[in-house]
Amino acid sequence: MELPTSERSRKEVVDGYSTDKMLAHAARLRDERNFAAFPIIDCDAHHYEAESIAEIAEYIDDEVLYQLAKSNPRILSAGRGTHQPMGGRITRYPLRPLEKTPADGLHRDIHLTNRFMDAMGTDYSVMFPTGLLSAGLESPEMEATLCRAYSRWLIEKIGKHSDRVKVLVQLPFGAPEEAYKMAQEFGDAPGVAGFHVSSVRYNRIHDNAYMKTYALIEEMGKPIALHSGFNSNDPFMKLGEPFIVMHALGFTLFNVLHLCNWICNGLNERFPKLKVVWTESGLAWVPWVAQRLDSDYRMRSSECPMLKKLPSEYIKDMYYTTQPMEMPNDLSLLESTFKVINAETQLLFGSDYPHWDMELPTTIYDLPFLSEKAKRNILGENARKVYNIDVSDRYPNYRPMA
Amino acid sequence: MARKKEILVGKTSEFTDGGKKIVPNGKSDIGVYFVNGEWHAYQNFCPHQGGPACEGLCMAKVEAIVHDDKTVHGMRFNHDQMHIVCPWHGWEFRMEDGVSSADKSFHLKKYDVEVRGSDVYVLT
Repeated sequence: MELPTSERSRKEVVDGYSTDKMLAHAARLRDERNFAAFPIIDCDAHHYEAESIAEIAEYIDDEVLYQLAKSNPRILSAGRGTHQPMGGRITRYPLRPLEKTPADGLHRDIHLTNRFMDAMGTDYSVMFPTGLLSAGLESPEMEATLCRAYSRWLIEKIGKHSDRVKVLVQLPFGAPEEAYKMAQEFGDAPGVAGFHVSSVRYNRIHDNAYMKTYALIEEMGKPIALHSGFNSNDPFMKLGEPFIVMHALGFTLFNVLHLCNWICNGLNERFPKLKVVWTESGLAWVPWVAQRLDSDYRMRSSECPMLKKLPSEYIKDMYYTTQPMEMPNDLSLLESTFKVINAETQLLFGSDYPHWDMELPTTIYDLPFLSEKAKRNILGENARKVYNIDVSDRYPNYRPMA
Repeated sequence: MARKKEILVGKTSEFTDGGKKIVPNGKSDIGVYFVNGEWHAYQNFCPHQGGPACEGLCMAKVEAIVHDDKTVHGMRFNHDQMHIVCPWHGWEFRMEDGVSSADKSFHLKKYDVEVRGSDVYVLT
């Protein structure tokens, strides 16, 4: 095994490991002091039970939890995100590692993304992380380190090598100065279509510390996507169980809060050309927030001195991705939601593939209340404009539908 | 009434209890199941978003263990009620009738199965 050292190019190569060899000096000290002459009791010894977690699962009496744990032993130690595969019911979770990709120099993630794009009929995709959606919960220094490393990797390994997969610079909003520097440094790198801030955080995104970053991004003409997620350790949200409650609420609430702060603190007025994309929170929350903010604003307008119109009107100026799009049995509810967000120009299709609640383009294309033009806008034209995507390589004669 | 088309699925000996076989049928295949001693067949097309429902797991219905005082004491599987689980999103359909366990307005398309001697047929 190679052990990394402080010099990147130098590794310590180790052939094997044994406790006896590692503790040989302890044995010498033991003998020198004749510890064998009297009992010694260790009152705090440990083991790494995670290494036996699959065996421990065998002792679970509850047969449903047993099946969940056998399908994903990490459930017992790693937190509620591991409930997403639903006990292996979403078979692509356990099976994904079996999929082979060619060793042709193109990163595996480009191959896999191309495959699901081709299967679904999508031409381009904007790539987001999974685990790093929680980077905002780390210390500012760690978030900055992770976001910088990930963004550099994205640009080097993905953005530079694919015309179809667009990448976003992940900004560490826990460290505002670093976020600004990264926007300056990477904003125009190859394949970079915009910026991503993970919404799972406890920062006030309207803080003055972020204004110069918003100004810079607005000037670049690129969008900023706030991608939601959940925090299973949030003291309020951890009350939600089973996981369905955490997902239904937790994935939405971070963006609910940030959007309300965005509007009520006049960020739409201060940065009117900044394209903001509220990502992966679903859509049904927007009418609720629009109504609630409008009602409260009419009473409390002095608290929002920068606003020049109703909050619901600012909502129509921003962008939203579709997934996870709520599909009520009464489609008039969805149609109303589309009106609230001015979906024809402001809604952007998102699949969320390969996550468990992914959606196909058919979820938009098959909606009976949309015109053909609206469908094509939502499925591609709106994103083409927001993310400035050049489609001429695949559609050399492309013209938006009139 | 037009005569239904028959598709020979295979031999009964190919099926163990809980087993299934998927047979082609034009644009959508048909999943044929032998579960708890009974035969079932459903179109391999989920009404949710068109996923390959019959290519997913068969799982027993999950029930909560509720005592008379309404307190909950864990969960169990009801192995008498099996579900077909679509692998795309986890939608579950009752084996007995193909109806969604969560929303009765959705169901898999059901086919009849006939066993003649040792041959299993699905009627489309």
